[in-house]
Amino acid sequence: MPFDFGFALSILPILLKGAVVTVIATFGGFAGALVGGAVVAAANRSRLLVLRLFARVFVYVVRNTPLLVQLYFVFYVLPGFGITIDALAAGILGLSIHYSAFTAEIYRAGIGAVPRGQFEAADALGLNLWHKWVLVVAPQAIRPVLPVLGNYLIGMFKETPILAAITIIELFGAAQDIAGKTYRYNEPYTLVAVIFLLISIPCSLVVRRLDTTRGRA
Amino acid sequence: MTDVVDVLTRAGALLPLLAQGALVTLEIAAMSLVAAILVAFVVGTARLSAISAIRVAALVFLEIFRGTSLVVQLFFFYFILPLHDVRLSAEATAVLAIGLNLGAYGSEIVRSAIKSIGKGQIEAALSLSLPRWITFSRVILPQALMIMLPSFGNLAIEIAKATALVSLITITDLTQTGHNLITATGETSLVWLIILLIYLLINTPLNLFVSWAEKWASRSRRGKSNAV
Repeated sequence: MPFDFGFALSILPILLKGAVVTVIATFGGFAGALVGGAVVAAANRSRLLVLRLFARVFVYVVRNTPLLVQLYFVFYVLPGFGITIDALAAGILGLSIHYSAFTAEIYRAGIGAVPRGQFEAADALGLNLWHKWVLVVAPQAIRPVLPVLGNYLIGMFKETPILAAITIIELFGAAQDIAGKTYRYNEPYTLVAVIFLLISIPCSLVVRRLDTTRGRA
Repeated sequence: MTDVVDVLTRAGALLPLLAQGALVTLEIAAMSLVAAILVAFVVGTARLSAISAIRVAALVFLEIFRGTSLVVQLFFFYFILPLHDVRLSAEATAVLAIGLNLGAYGSEIVRSAIKSIGKGQIEAALSLSLPRWITFSRVILPQALMIMLPSFGNLAIEIAKATALVSLITITDLTQTGHNLITATGETSLVWLIILLIYLLINTPLNLFVSWAEKWASRSRRGKSNAV
């Protein structure tokens, strides 16, 4: 079956509508992961053994089980405990939880690279905990890891097709829908692949540039 | 106490079928790992080729397979290859897609490990007038392999996790077995919990391997530099 450009053009609007959901899920999940990762990183540095243990176990479990199963867990198990959220919210929550484990490790590396003197100086100036972390440590810890965070943003964008498995009609889900209704697989799936490539390759080039210019500076 | 016994008996009833699914997962993961390592070596060394056409081809392959996700590639192979009269079983499609996708990521492991071998090693081999092939296979590769080993352990973990996606193309792996069991028994929370634990069980030895390989690699490298 040859590639039918007319058909491809006719399904493009539906796919682009799906792409909007993809973008929402990506940025929603990333925002969640930025916050969640900070919480896990903070727990990791806590004086309380329970919190440190929780952070370790959380990171280990999340990094060693498939994202798909984690999404099923959020989507199918949470309602059993009376927490009902719609599919997109469950997807964003699942992505946030999954990527929190990774952002937490990135933050940890960033914090580790801040010289001890900076912490001591903040203490010597009598800054409170909030000012010490937000005004002194965070800016220095986050700047060098920005390219890594950027790579995870792109990675998350590429992973969003997995959300179709929990009934979210994002870009890939929209293509699956079209393929299911028309029995034409070539055009929708090829278009999805092309759209992903068109977005992710330029983005990764930008991040790589960011990385090398930072490395030189 | 009776609650615990109750949960354990219910879990026990689910285990035989889940174990069967886990075997399918392990089987696909093992075959995919072999495929991915093969792809990683071919593409990784091609990236360092002296011939620019080969370098460019390897880079294009890498960008295409890293630029889209495994789910998209699985569906692409599963639905579009048959249109071109390439008919593979779902399992073969899964191994092909996982092998190519994670092999692309693995090629960066191979490339960076080979590149990290000091120039002095190559110059020493040249000055001993070793032929190019011997220089690569006897001087560079053994050292590079040691550096690659922990990263390949991580790749194996990624592959074990990636196999969950094959449930989306009709393969009855661990994840799909979970779906089937839930339809049959309604034990939603218990089934997903056990499945998470089984994936942890599969990946824990791999994690231990990674930390062992890291220690081993750094120790033997230190040992070498002391000997010099």
